[in-house]
Parts: sequence; structure tokens; C-alpha cells
Amino acid sequence: MLAQQMRRYLYYGMLLLIFLFGVWAERSGFLEEMLEYEEDVVYLVVEHLKLTAVSGGLAVLIGVPLGIVLSRPRFSHVAENAMQVLNIGTTVPTLALLALSMSLLGIGNSPAILGLLVATLLPIVRNTYTGLLSVPVHLKEAASGMGMLPRQMLWQVELPNALYVIMAGIRTALAINVGTAPLAFLIGGTSLGELIFTGIAVDEQAMMLAGAIPTALLAVTVDFVLGALTFVLVSKGVNPLRQRPAH
Amino acid sequence: MIRLDNLTKIFDTPDGTITAADHISMEVPAGEICVLLGPSGCGKTTTLKMINRIIPATSGRVFIDGQDTTAMDTVDLRRNIGYVIQQIGLFPNMTIEENISVVPRLLGWQPERYKARAKELLDMVALDPATFLKRYPNELSGGQQQRVGVIRALAADPPVMLMDEPFGAIDPINREVIQDEFLKMQAELNKTIMFVSHDIDEAVKMGDKIAIFRTGKLEQYASPDDILAHPASDFIAGFVGSDRTLKRLQLVTAAQVMGPVPTFVTPQQSLSEALAIMERFEHRSITLANERREPIGIITRDIAWNHQGLCGEHYEGLHGIARQSDDLRTVVAQMFTADSSWLPVVDASGRLVGDITQRGITHHLGATYRAKG
Repeated sequence: MLAQQMRRYLYYGMLLLIFLFGVWAERSGFLEEMLEYEEDVVYLVVEHLKLTAVSGGLAVLIGVPLGIVLSRPRFSHVAENAMQVLNIGTTVPTLALLALSMSLLGIGNSPAILGLLVATLLPIVRNTYTGLLSVPVHLKEAASGMGMLPRQMLWQVELPNALYVIMAGIRTALAINVGTAPLAFLIGGTSLGELIFTGIAVDEQAMMLAGAIPTALLAVTVDFVLGALTFVLVSKGVNPLRQRPAH
Repeated sequence: MIRLDNLTKIFDTPDGTITAADHISMEVPAGEICVLLGPSGCGKTTTLKMINRIIPATSGRVFIDGQDTTAMDTVDLRRNIGYVIQQIGLFPNMTIEENISVVPRLLGWQPERYKARAKELLDMVALDPATFLKRYPNELSGGQQQRVGVIRALAADPPVMLMDEPFGAIDPINREVIQDEFLKMQAELNKTIMFVSHDIDEAVKMGDKIAIFRTGKLEQYASPDDILAHPASDFIAGFVGSDRTLKRLQLVTAAQVMGPVPTFVTPQQSLSEALAIMERFEHRSITLANERREPIGIITRDIAWNHQGLCGEHYEGLHGIARQSDDLRTVVAQMFTADSSWLPVVDASGRLVGDITQRGITHHLGATYRAKG
């Protein structure tokens, strides 16, 4: 009850702050200044999204199958070690990752994509792996006892029951990805980082915010879209977002 | 029919080999329920799971309906065996309809066929298809889930079912209800069933035969009454309990023990007639029945002695009535409650068909000991 009330106050408080910021931005002519960058913002948002879509998409395409493979019994002896290797991707600071990637692929979008891919792979693999492993043993026994082939068991029982956890991993990964993509500017990738870093460099606050605010909005939007996707994709029977109490 | 021939499982562990099942040979005739019973770690579950190869056998063979399954493909074999596990194992991501249709779909049935089958099966366990088909397992109570677990195993109408403590996770009250439902279903379906349990009362209730396991060996394989009356070893005697003779009560119905010709008087007969009958049969009391032969009361010797007139004018209320189909446990409980040494027995329509006495019961239970000397 109390937590709910607190959350509502917080929500209204946030709305009020945003509104006040808007008023201030308008009054001080700040908004006008930011709008000067409209063309750049539109172009960069698209580029930013491309960067995220390609690196994030590749991370999903590699991460989910990798998680599935590692969760198979015959790879159980290498799984944890493989996970440790992937862990490096998150332990090493993203900036260092991008630098390493640049030394490998030079300057441009490709090293940015590789760097972001490595940085966001782990949550996807980790969640796919643990999600599949946490499917209760008795469900798998029931499935194989009824005569399902391993492939049928994976598609009909294991993946649907792990999907919520897998989606949560993808959500985390893409949130990291969208938030990190501005750094790609530093190694020649095209993203909203261009406005942010240039804005900082030339001490132009409006320019910086013209990059920072859309970045934040993008992160929120991506998160929302993935949340909605989770709501729709994960079966009602195992979806905490759509739970009706048992009776 | 399920026949096990020297079925053996040896597990290799770091501490050496463990023989979980040691040359198990037994046969379950078609249409019977065989309960595998024993303490945990006795090999009963291992034996069950070797039949559908959840656990691969080290050696030995399994025959189903006379056919050696060794050469059969594992997947085919499993699709033709109904399998119910203790944790129920309904797939939470699927609706009830999808859960029931799993094996039919694996077997390649057409949608209209497996959908009709799901409806039919839900009807069979009195769950309304309109309500339940589209629900998810987490929207069902434990008892409802267990029923669905059982009918899911029946979906493709397999001749053989394996049940691993299927009612273990349900509270005692619902368990009784589901056991009764299941027995009623089995009376129509006549499946050949292997049923693992650790509960002697469940085994006595459900089993046509009971197989008692101990440390990987089959100790005794016999009918419940035989096991209770003649446990083959001290271990079994201890396992089935010191009250095993009392447990035998639930294996016998009143119809099997009652005196076949009921002695009774009608309201129009005089009390002196009643007294004469009681003295002839050495009864202390006698049933009074109306013209439809429904028992309505009893006449005791006291009443017959101390009053004059017709039986219909002086009688006591009934102490209790046993139905033909009641098991002796119910009958004896009624006798104890009413402090009575006998009860009239009626058929399904309420007509008097006999009477049952405490002596008759002890005599019946004792017969098997006398026969064996």
C-alpha cells in the first residue's frame, strides 16, 4: 500500500519536474537553441538506432543460440567456463572494449558494432542459459516420458518456459546497448554521441542536451517496446505480467 | 500385460556400484493395477522408470502385451505408455487443452480429433470443458491439476500406464476423492497399470496386486489380502504395520461376509413370534422390516419379553444399516459407534438382504490363517 502510494508521488513529482524543465527551457530560449539541431537530431537518432539494431540484433542472434547450446547437457562441463569468458565482456569497461575493437577494425561503424555486440552479449547468453536450466526437471521428465524428441522438448517446453527470463536478458542488453552507443562516436561510429561529445567539447549546453535527451528517450522507448513484446510473446500461463490468482 | 524379466539397474557412483534394482521379474496381467510399494530407495521408482526407459536398464527385458520392447524405438515406446509423475508435470506455458493434446499431437492426430478427445476426457473427470479447456495450469487447484495430469496420460488411449506416486502431492481429503474417481475410471478403461506408492493404505486400496520392494529386491508380489494376511518376511510385516489385519477390513465388502438369509419380522407379527425366532437363532435382537422389506427398526429380547402385542407397536430405532457394497472398515466403524454386535445389510434399493455380525467378520478374516494352518 505504502510503496504504491510512494510510487504514485514519485511519478507525479517526476511529471512536475519535467514540466518545470519544459517551462524553463521555453522561457530561457534554451528550447529554441536546441531546436536548431533538429535536423542533426533526426539524422543521428536514425543512425543511433541502426547501430543499436545491428549490434543488438547480432547479439540476440548469437547470444540466444549460444545460451541454448551451453544449456544442453553435453556442454555442461564447458558452460560455466564459457560464461566466465563472456563475463569479461561486461567486466572490461565499455570504453576499453571500444578502444580494443578499434585497434582491431580501425575507425568507423564496424568496430563500434563489434564493441557494442561484445558488451551486450553476456546478459543475453546468461539469461538464456539460466532460464533454460531453471525449467523444472520434472517438466523435462514429463516431456521426455511422453515421447517428445529433444528438439520438440526445446521448442514446446523449455523455450516457452524460459522465454520470460530470456526476454528480460534481451531487455537489459538493449538498454545497455542504447545507453552505450553514444560512446561509439569516440571511435568513429555515428550516433547521438556526436552531439553530446561535441557539445561538451565546445561547451555548448544546448547541443549536448540535444544529444542527451533523445538518447534517454530512446532508451526508455526501447525498454517499453521490449516490455510490450514480453507481454505479448510470453505465454499467459508463465507470464508474471499477466498473472491471474489461482483459485 | 506388462512382464519384467530379470530387470536390473546398477548405478556407478564414486563410492562403488549400487544395485538399485536386482533381477526384478514379475508380470502384471492386462487390466490390473499393480502397486510397487516400499520405503524410499528400495528400487520401486527405478523399476518403474526402466519400463519407459527414463532410466536405462543395465540388463533384463520388458514385455508389453507379450512384445519384447528392447527392440522398440524409445520415442515410440513412450508415446504408447501413459505416464503420470508425482509433480504432475503439466506444462505451465500450455493451456489445459494443449496439455491434454501433447501426445496425440506427437502422434500426428488431426486437430479436430485431439480437440474432441480433450473435451471427452475433461468430461470424464467432471471438469467442465467450456471452463477449463482454455485455462492455464496455474489457474487450477491442486486436485484439478492432478486430474488433468491423469487424463493427459490417457489421451492417446495407451494400453499401459505408469504412475509414479500420482496422488502424493494432494492433501489427504482430496486424495481419497481422486483415488475413488480413478478406480471408477479404471473399472471402465481396464488399463494395465504400474503404480508406485510408499503408502500402504493407498496400495491396499488401489492395487489388484502389490509388489513390495526392499533394497533393490522384489520381496513379495501378491494380492493385498495375501500380503496383509501372510507377509513373507518380518520386514514386510513391519512395513505393512501391526494393524495389518484391520487394513484387511477394507478389502472385503459386507456382501461377502453377511449371513445370506436375513431373519426379520414384520410389523404385523406378534412379539411372541419375534421372541420365538430370536430364541431359535440365539439372537439378542431382530430386524423389523416393512412390506417392501426395508428395515425400519429392531426388536430386542427385552422388548419382546416385557410387552404384549404386535411388533409394529413396540420397536426401537435402527442402530445402523450396512450397504452390501460397504467395505468392512465402514461396517465395523458403524458397529462400534452404535455399540452393536450386528447390523442389517441392505442392497442398493434399500431392501434387507442379510445381516452381518462381528463373529461373522472375525470368522471371515480368520479363514485364511486357518487354511494355511
